[in-house]
Amino acid sequence: MSTPGVEDWSNLNAGQRIAMKYFIVAMVLFVAQILFGLLAGMQYIYPNFLYGVLDFNVNRMVHINAMIVWMLYGFIGSVYWLVEDEAETELVGAKLANINFWVLTVAVGIVVLVYLLVQAGPGEIESVWFINEGREYIEAPRWADVGIVVCTLVFFYNVAATFMKGRWSGISGVLVLDLVALAGLYLAGMFFTTNVSVDQYWWWWVIHLWVEATWEVLVGCIMAWGLIKTLGASRRIVTTWLYIEVALMFGSGILGLGHHYFWIGTPEYWLSIGGFFSALEPIPLVAMVVHAVYDSGRHGFQSRNHPALAWLIAHAFGNFFGAGVWGFMHTLPQINLYTHGTQWTASHGHLAFFGAYATIIIAMIYIALQKWRGDVWMSGDLADNGWKWKWSLGLLHLGMVGMTMALLIAGYEQSFIERALEGSSWSGYFEAQRHPWFVQSMVWREVFGLTMAAGLVLLLWDFVTIGKRESREIKQLVADQSHAA
Amino acid sequence: MADIPWWARESLWRKMAIWITAIMAVILIFLSFHSVALITAGSARVPAYSVINQRIDYRFDRERNRQQPVIGDPAPLFGRVLSEADAEQLVRRGKLTFQARNCINCHTILGNGAYYAPDLTKAWLDPGWGTEEARERLMKEFLMDPYTNARTFGTGRRMPDLDLTEDEAEALIAFLKWTAAIDTNGFPAAFPTIKQGGGT
Ligand code: HEC
Ligand code: HEM
Ligand code: HEM
Ligand SMILES: [Fe+2]
Repeated sequence: MSTPGVEDWSNLNAGQRIAMKYFIVAMVLFVAQILFGLLAGMQYIYPNFLYGVLDFNVNRMVHINAMIVWMLYGFIGSVYWLVEDEAETELVGAKLANINFWVLTVAVGIVVLVYLLVQAGPGEIESVWFINEGREYIEAPRWADVGIVVCTLVFFYNVAATFMKGRWSGISGVLVLDLVALAGLYLAGMFFTTNVSVDQYWWWWVIHLWVEATWEVLVGCIMAWGLIKTLGASRRIVTTWLYIEVALMFGSGILGLGHHYFWIGTPEYWLSIGGFFSALEPIPLVAMVVHAVYDSGRHGFQSRNHPALAWLIAHAFGNFFGAGVWGFMHTLPQINLYTHGTQWTASHGHLAFFGAYATIIIAMIYIALQKWRGDVWMSGDLADNGWKWKWSLGLLHLGMVGMTMALLIAGYEQSFIERALEGSSWSGYFEAQRHPWFVQSMVWREVFGLTMAAGLVLLLWDFVTIGKRESREIKQLVADQSHAA
Repeated sequence: MADIPWWARESLWRKMAIWITAIMAVILIFLSFHSVALITAGSARVPAYSVINQRIDYRFDRERNRQQPVIGDPAPLFGRVLSEADAEQLVRRGKLTFQARNCINCHTILGNGAYYAPDLTKAWLDPGWGTEEARERLMKEFLMDPYTNARTFGTGRRMPDLDLTEDEAEALIAFLKWTAAIDTNGFPAAFPTIKQGGGT
């Protein structure tokens, strides 16, 4: 029997023990992301800072790569966390999963060291293979790509085979099919071409069809499972919602890809197709908010894990605002012609990645910590009134929203001055960069970035302490009579 | 289950999810074949690599109501007329250098990338290079020594020295010249191009 408040690996099943490892690495990389984001942000204010040592491109690459990798770790961890529970059987290859974790983690470590120490290579294909592919978000050199694909296959085998051995459900069916697509898409980003239009064509297949299709559905699955776990929501309702979300998300997001094909050389029909379908993408995101809030409301916000539920709701809203609202605002070609490639895009990128994905992984980590500490109480009236989770949630969101607004102002200023008035020339670019509104925005971004950093420190402190020395057991859920399937 | 209206049934939405996804995926794959054919080098939208032997401009077109690339008279890059194969080799080298030096994490190209430095889509046509005659030399000097040749327009934000060899710098310029000839549906809008001689 587990003792509440005491960490014990034997509280966890095999999949969950592996999940914890993924979560730990994810948080280390989250710290790295914020650190390198702050360095890059500092260079906007003091361009000589680390000039020639850790140039902006290196800091930025580490910043966004750490993000992609920590989120993938968070997703893999989340799936390992729920697989045995959802399949109602044991993980088929626990040992394999463990080896896989270490291989992947060592590879990630090597890649980061090469980024920082070697940084760049000669203009030959070997550089792409061994140093850095030089394509945003998927900079990992080709050898690492191959390794990632192999590790993903092992992960996929483990998950799919576990469901095969145990039980299939709506959630697991969607999850497994989605993982196939997610992994398959990565292959579209694994070749070199001289033609920059063709390059960006397939590059967007990976980036867009990840974040606006397969990742959305993956977090939809995690959300579905999370609502059942934290609230005791009815499986039938949750599964039906999941199907609706898949239909709407893929229905709009797959062709919504066209909003990246306005200006890269691709034919004009993408202006209409991309504009139209991407404009529909907010609809499933609204549906997700409705779903989460409705389910929480039905259960009177009586959850067994308050911080997790709070972060799940933060996810629903963050996804809606960051992706849905901020995405919609610049997705029509008539607007995008002027906002394309400005801080406007950065404003959206930050709020969307944080709101949609960072949040839900944090929620899963809270769920994991609860079980690890022996199904300890995490509902209302926590020790110290739960100030740490509340303040970290508040600071992280304050920082993110402040940063988003600063970038939005910079983005509008850039759209008007650099794009519209100056025609995007070299001097026009700097005309916008030295405008006081831009300069001030960069300072505020850094201030709010530091706010986020403070929030993150508090979050990690909370992770280490929440539920410790708590002797009450997890709150029992009142069975959802009217909706039990 | 009889009390659940038809439009809220799990089975209906399962079918919808499968069919909608399948149909959208098929349409996207079809469109991708179509689009990639239209952006293969040597097409009307994305010219052959040997376009670097020609003068390239970006001019307002009344009918389409936007700027678009115009391919003009012979204007060989660095005074060398290249065969299609040699031109492709050179541009390929430039693209590889672009990736190996991680230019994309400071600059955008075709509007995608990072926002720390100017967009490079039409860098070849930037009025900042002064005159058509000086351009090749100035570009090469700038790329090989961006510290000494910095402009920064009062911001102090310099491009770092990326230790480019002369070959790499020339290849990059070829890559940028070729990129400037891509039909980008009018992005960037109202770009003020460098003055070039007649006959374009
Ligand atoms: C660390 C950031 C950084 C990296 C990496 C970088 N640049 Fe730059 N680049 C800049 C900055 C900043 C400027 C503006 C410099 C100035 O005005 O003095 C610039 C200016 C330029 C210009 C002139 C601007 C224009 O509009 O024509 C060109 C061309 C250029 N870079 C090409 C490249 C290429 C090619 C690479 C990769 C081999 C590269 N840059 C890598 C930061 C960078
Ligand atoms: C969680 C989901 C989403 C995430 C994580 C996300 C993230 C991003 C990021 C990081 C970029 C910049 C890519 C780059 O570096 O070039 C981007 C671009 C873009 N996004 Fe999203 N996005 C999401 C959803 C959406 C939605 C739903 C829409 C539209 C309704 C949208 C519209 C756009 C557009 C139009 C661009 C191109 C910006 C430009 O032209 O520069 N996004 N997105
Ligand atoms: C301390 C907080 C942070 C700071 C100071 C910071 C700073 C930066 C900077 C300077 C860039 C480069 C933008 C450019 O090219 O001009 C950037 C890019 C980016 N950052 Fe952050 N960042 C922070 C936190 C985050 C977080 C929490 C996320 C998401 C979870 C995130 C996601 C991104 C993304 C997706 C991009 C690429 C955007 C694009 O290309 O449009 N950042 N960040
Ligand atoms: Fe997109």
